[in-house]
Amino acid sequence: MNKLLSPAKTEVLFMGNEAIARGALEAGVSVATGYPGTPSSEVIEKLAEVAQEKNLYVEWSTNEKVALEVAAAASFAGLRSMCVMKQNGVNVASDFLLHLASSGTRGGIVLVTCEDPGALSSVNEGESRYFARMLEIPLLEPASLQEAKDLTKWAFELSEKIRNIIVLRSVTRMSHASGNVICGKLPEKYRTARFVCDGSFMDPLRGPVVSTPVVVKHNLQQKKLQKTREFFEKSPFNSYSGPKHPELLIITSSACFLYSKEAITMLGLQKRVGILKLSCTWPLPPKLLKKYLRLTDKIMIVEEVLPFLEENIKVAAMGMLKETGIKTFYGKMDKTLPSVGELNPDLVAAALGKIMKVKYKSLPAGYTKEIQKVTPLIPPREQTFCPGCPHRASFWNINTALKLDGREGIVCGDIGCYAMAALFPAIGFNTVRTLHSMGSGTGLASGFAKLAAFGLDKPVLALCGDSTFYHAVIPALINAQHNRADITFIVLDNAGTAMTGFQPHPGLAISTMGEAVPAVDISKICEAIGAKVAVSDPFDLEGTSKILTSFMAERGSLKVLIMRQICALSPEKKGKKKYLMQVKEELCLGENCGCNRLCTRIFRCPALTWDRTKKKALIDEVICAGCGVCYSICPQKAIIRTEAAG
Amino acid sequence: MKMSLVKNPTNIIITGVGGQGNVMASRVLAGMLVNAGFIVTIGETFGMSQRGGSVMSHVRVSSTSILSPQIPQGRADIIIALEPVEALRVLVKYGNPDVAVLANSRMVYPMGVITGEFTYPSLDEVKSMFAKLSAKSWLIDATSVAVDLGNPVLSNIVMIGALADASLLPINRRAFEKEITKSMSADKRQINLTAFDAGAKML
Repeated sequence: MNKLLSPAKTEVLFMGNEAIARGALEAGVSVATGYPGTPSSEVIEKLAEVAQEKNLYVEWSTNEKVALEVAAAASFAGLRSMCVMKQNGVNVASDFLLHLASSGTRGGIVLVTCEDPGALSSVNEGESRYFARMLEIPLLEPASLQEAKDLTKWAFELSEKIRNIIVLRSVTRMSHASGNVICGKLPEKYRTARFVCDGSFMDPLRGPVVSTPVVVKHNLQQKKLQKTREFFEKSPFNSYSGPKHPELLIITSSACFLYSKEAITMLGLQKRVGILKLSCTWPLPPKLLKKYLRLTDKIMIVEEVLPFLEENIKVAAMGMLKETGIKTFYGKMDKTLPSVGELNPDLVAAALGKIMKVKYKSLPAGYTKEIQKVTPLIPPREQTFCPGCPHRASFWNINTALKLDGREGIVCGDIGCYAMAALFPAIGFNTVRTLHSMGSGTGLASGFAKLAAFGLDKPVLALCGDSTFYHAVIPALINAQHNRADITFIVLDNAGTAMTGFQPHPGLAISTMGEAVPAVDISKICEAIGAKVAVSDPFDLEGTSKILTSFMAERGSLKVLIMRQICALSPEKKGKKKYLMQVKEELCLGENCGCNRLCTRIFRCPALTWDRTKKKALIDEVICAGCGVCYSICPQKAIIRTEAAG
Repeated sequence: MKMSLVKNPTNIIITGVGGQGNVMASRVLAGMLVNAGFIVTIGETFGMSQRGGSVMSHVRVSSTSILSPQIPQGRADIIIALEPVEALRVLVKYGNPDVAVLANSRMVYPMGVITGEFTYPSLDEVKSMFAKLSAKSWLIDATSVAVDLGNPVLSNIVMIGALADASLLPINRRAFEKEITKSMSADKRQINLTAFDAGAKML
């Protein structure tokens, strides 16, 4: 049996994202959509596993906006639906979200956003709580794994009570944390879809689902928020723990609640500090706030990343000054807590210790001294392309072509594992010059290509992965073609959404639920808009860089090169070596070669190491993926490859 | 009878290099402890952070309460490392005079070491650093055992077997078997049990 379907009352170890998925199942969700992105992907993955058994429709959509639209249709037809994404996905979905929040919804609908304070797996630490305030929709933030499940279930109920979408926000340390969760009941009956549209504009359940007349609908939307506030006043998901008369009150949400609890224990402040944990964070419930603000004059607000609660609590406190008295607030705005990056128990304890004038028991001095001695001896470990990664070969090709071309071409990067070419010393040369949101590389390239008239006359290259192509590149590519932008556009096609765990995308002939579906061919799309298209295998170094240099030399039009090679970690490839690799010691000239250790300094494969005693290259067979590419880079032909058996 | 923790709560860190099976090891260990009736919280990072980089799972076991998914600095009780310098990296941040360290001796060279910018300490140096920074430590060649069993990635289970033998936690072969019966497909169980048994003989 799938763990997600554990019977009621059993206690299981769930990851935060599994708890959210289970909560949705307990709420009787029918449709779940999303676009992959760490730390959110497991919610949809886990639901897809049980889709057939639980009569769900689960879909990885082309992007977050489409995902939300697909989910909303289910809500309009009276079903419960959920849409899942990472923080920056909310930006993509936000245009539709603005209008959806105004038109209102029918069946319960929840937008789950899993955010990444500290950008552990992102190129931003943006947060979407401000969307909830800006677009006037309720916001929930679970503060434990049990709550991740329970709050998700309740979010659907709340959505149906107010007939609007609810945002549920998680963070990496919640989504990717695991812990004990007690399961609730799974529903036995399923809803049927009915889209009723025979009423007036003003009838939320029978009229057309539109955001007009705008002012009238906006007023209705604000009334829904007012109603939400009343539910939040009484919600058991907001709770206080601590002494009756604390010296300091911590107001916190999400994973920061757990950090705050830990910090209080670390400093032994259980009798002096209380915690108001808010899991219903927008709109804030004023009566509840008033009750707890009265407990003390010192308030610390602990949250990630921006001071969202801090701002809103301060505004609320201003309005109740007469009843609660003047407060001293500690938080991000006065720098008691860092204003960027993620928090942890140590950072909260340091801040708390400073306010309460308590010291945290430190390690013995002798031990700290040893740590100081050992620390500089630990070599850093930067992220790198995996052994056998097609991107290493692709960037080798791009770098070779740029050098042969000699005009210092500009490469615009995009979002995927290949972003490492811009971020880390993953490979021994620096190629990628820009890195922003999904699809932006192509839009930027389209712009750079128009700067020749202003004196910037260089070859312009853009690259993106296969999943990114469908997500946001197509409009930028059409823009480039239509406006005669001279760019060489490269698709790093590794046959899946590799970075987030091989979720299928429209280029594959298989759906999220494992059904056969038509694959949408990238090369045909590019041909259809009028671009010149070529396909190559990046492992064929000679052939690929030849195409690239000829494309860069060809002026005045859009050229597309699709570099196709499956990701080394993909289930069909992982652990299967195509070649057995070996360095012929007698052929490797080591440091006397004149190549300046091209293989181990520039190519940078974790499996291609350097034997310090022999001063020659050496293959680590345990790590080698057997892609065979290094065979082509050695000027001495000292790296040999033999076809692996079977 | 419910087994008890040597220390309540017990803070465990499992560390290694992306792709070594760190996450799987933490899940199996946590699963065994949940089955035994403990409250377990795991905190981990994966995603792009795993690509060749250092990975770390914090596993916190309590018989009483839910804990933060991040262990405070200097508060690890047990460090299990699938790679020797990753043990050191965790030790200098989370170690204390009472910590126990169980590390795999098989080195995975960071890119900066391969290129020659940095030096990797010798195993003897690693051992003496362990001795200074921990109460107890073991350095075992789990990867070679796993390679002999046919797959280097089994070294994570070899390490779990060794951990069970170290008596630092209330886990044993029966608990392991029970957990993998739940979490692994039938065709994988025997080889994992063999890896566990091999590890249990290594200390």
